[in-house]
Amino acid sequence: MSSLTDGRHLTRGDALRTLCVSRFRQFYRESEVIFWSFLFPIGLSIALGAAFRNRPVVTVPVAVTTSATSAAAALQGTPGMEVAVVSEDEAARRLRVGRVDIVVTADAKGAVTYRFDDSRPEAAMARLRVDAALQKAAGRTDPLSTQDQPVREAGSRYIDFLIPGILGMNLMSGGLWGMGFHLVDLRIKKLLKRLVATPMHRADFMIAQMVIRVVFAFIEVTFLLGFGWLAFGVPVRGSILAVLALAVLGALAFGAIGLLVASRATTIEKVSGLMNVVMMPMFICSGTFFSADRFPAFSKPFIQLLPLTALNDAFRAVILEGATLASQAGELGVLAAWGVVSFVVGLRLFRWS
Amino acid sequence: MADAAVVVRDLWKKYGDVEAVRGLSFDIPVGECFGLLGPNGAGKTTTIEILEGLNPPTSGDVTVLGRRWGRDDRDIRERLGVCLQQTVLSPKLEVHETLELFRSFYREGRAPADVMTEVGLTEKAQARVATLSGGQQQRLAVACALVGDPELLFLDEPTTGLDPQSRRGVWEVVNRFKERRRTVLLTTHYMDEAERLCDRLAIVDHGRVIAQGTPRELITSLGGDHVVEISVAESDKPRPAAADLQTIPSVRSVHVQAGHFVLTVAEPHVAIPGALERLRAGGWELAGLTTRHASLEDVFVSLTGRQLRDE
Repeated sequence: MSSLTDGRHLTRGDALRTLCVSRFRQFYRESEVIFWSFLFPIGLSIALGAAFRNRPVVTVPVAVTTSATSAAAALQGTPGMEVAVVSEDEAARRLRVGRVDIVVTADAKGAVTYRFDDSRPEAAMARLRVDAALQKAAGRTDPLSTQDQPVREAGSRYIDFLIPGILGMNLMSGGLWGMGFHLVDLRIKKLLKRLVATPMHRADFMIAQMVIRVVFAFIEVTFLLGFGWLAFGVPVRGSILAVLALAVLGALAFGAIGLLVASRATTIEKVSGLMNVVMMPMFICSGTFFSADRFPAFSKPFIQLLPLTALNDAFRAVILEGATLASQAGELGVLAAWGVVSFVVGLRLFRWS
Repeated sequence: MADAAVVVRDLWKKYGDVEAVRGLSFDIPVGECFGLLGPNGAGKTTTIEILEGLNPPTSGDVTVLGRRWGRDDRDIRERLGVCLQQTVLSPKLEVHETLELFRSFYREGRAPADVMTEVGLTEKAQARVATLSGGQQQRLAVACALVGDPELLFLDEPTTGLDPQSRRGVWEVVNRFKERRRTVLLTTHYMDEAERLCDRLAIVDHGRVIAQGTPRELITSLGGDHVVEISVAESDKPRPAAADLQTIPSVRSVHVQAGHFVLTVAEPHVAIPGALERLRAGGWELAGLTTRHASLEDVFVSLTGRQLRDE
C-alpha cells in the first residue's frame, strides 16, 4: 500500500490547540456574537445609566392656591422653588398628574395646609423644604448654624451598581448561548457524530469549549470595565486579578450549565426554551438591574443560591467595595458547586449524535 | 482472515420492536471496493454506522482491520476515514481550516494541501465552507475522511442529491483511493454508482443481504444479460399470462412492471422473434418493444418485485 503521509507526527496538544483556534474563529466570525457580547451590554449600560442617573433635586414644583397669597410671596422669594399660583381645582389637578409635588393652601385665618402623597420620597422632601421656607419667612430662626458641602462619590451611583451586574449577566448569557446553541447546532448538523468518528479525544473537545469561554470572559471583562471607567468613571476598588478570577469562575460555571442544557436537545427550539427557563428567573431575581434585597425575605435563601446572584454579589463586593476573594468564599462556593454539578451531570447525559 | 479489512457475521440491530438489521454477514478483502446497495430504509446506514463504531450492534460479530470495537477504538479510528450521510461542516470555517482541524486529530496523516489538490478544492482553500456548492461541500467531506490517510474508507450515500457532474467528481476521488489498494465500503441506492465503483456488492433489503457478488455475477444470475420490454395494446381480450411468455426460447424470467412485460433474455435475436410470434398467434397487438442491457436495478426487481427507488 502506498502511503501519502506528510511526515508530521501530531500529538494531543496539537489537536487541542487546533480545536480551540477553530472554535475561536467560529466565534468572532459570527457577527451576532460581537453584538450580544459587546455592543448590547454597552447600549444597555448607556440607556439604563441615562434613565436612572442620580440628579440633584434642583427645584421643587409647588402649586399655591389663590387663598394663600402670603405663602406664595414667601415661597417665590426662596431659591429652588417653582411656584404656580392657581385655583383650588387647578392645584388639585396638577397634583393628581404629578406636575407638582405639593399643594399649599391656607384658610381665612392664615393657617397653612400641605397636600401631598406621603408615599413618594420627592413629595415628602418637598413638604420639608416648603415648610422650612414658610417657617423662616414667618420669623423662625435656626438655633444651630449649619453648612452644606455636596459630595457625589463615584461608586455609589446607579451606574456603579449596574456595570458589575451587566458583567455577570453577560457571562451568564455568553456561557449558555455559546455552549448551548453551539453544541445543539453541531448535533443537528451531525458534526458531533462526525467528530467522534475521528480519533479526537472527547474530553479535548469539551476542554476547548471551556477554554474559549474563559478567553471570552477576559475580553468581556476588560471591555466592559474599561468602558464603565472611561464613560462613567466606574471605579475598580478591589484587585483586578480578583475580578478576573471571578470572571473565569463565572464563565466556567455558566459554560457548564450551558453544557447541561445542551446535553440532550435535538432542536434549536428545545434548547432555546430550556435556556430561557434557566436564565429568566436569574435575569429578574439575581440583582442585575436592581438589588435582590427588594424581594420578600422568605425568597432570599433561594435567590442567594442562584449562580448569577452569587456572581453579581461577588463582582460588586470586589469592584465597588474592594473586597478580597477570601471574603466572598460563600459566593465562590455557590458558583463552583453549580459548575461542577452541571459539568458532571451534563457530560453524563451528553449525546454525541 | 488476515486479508479481510472488514468481517461481519450475523449482525442484528433492533430499535425497540423495529429490526433495522436482521442477520447481515459479509467480508471485505483488503483493497476491495464493496457496496451495500438497497432502497432507503434497508438498513444500510445502520450497518455502516455499526462498522464505524458509532452505533453498538444488538448482536453479531464485527471485525474492522483485524480489531474490535470496544477494545481498540482509538487504534481503529486512526486508520479509518468516515464520510457520514449529509454532514454539514462548520460554515464559518475556511476549507483549509476545516482540513487542518481534521488533520490535527490524527497522529499521522496527509498534508491538507495535498488532499485539497486531490479533491479539486485548491482554488477554494481560503473560501468559507458556507460559500461552497453542494458538490464542493461533499468533496470537502470526503477530503476530511482522507486527511488521516486511512486504510479503510466508509462512504454513506456519498453522491445523494448531487448533480451528475459533482457525482463524477466524487467517483474520481474514490477511484484514486482504490488505485492505491485501499479498502472502501460505500452505501448507495444508485445502481450506476454501484456498477461503476464496486468490485463486489451486497444487495440489502429489509435488513438482510438478498444477493452478493460482483456486479457482473449478479447480473448474470438473472440468466441473461439483456432485457426486452414488451407492451401490448389494450383490448377486450385478457392480457397474456406471464407464465406463457416464460416458455419462449431464450427467455429466462418474466416480470410485469407498470403494465409492461419485462423479459430477461440470454439472446435477444432468438427471444424477440419468438415473442412476436407468440403475440401474433394469441391475437394480441404489439404496442411497444425496447431492449437494453440488464442492470442491477433488474436484479433488485427480480429479487424483490419492487424497484430500488420506489420509496
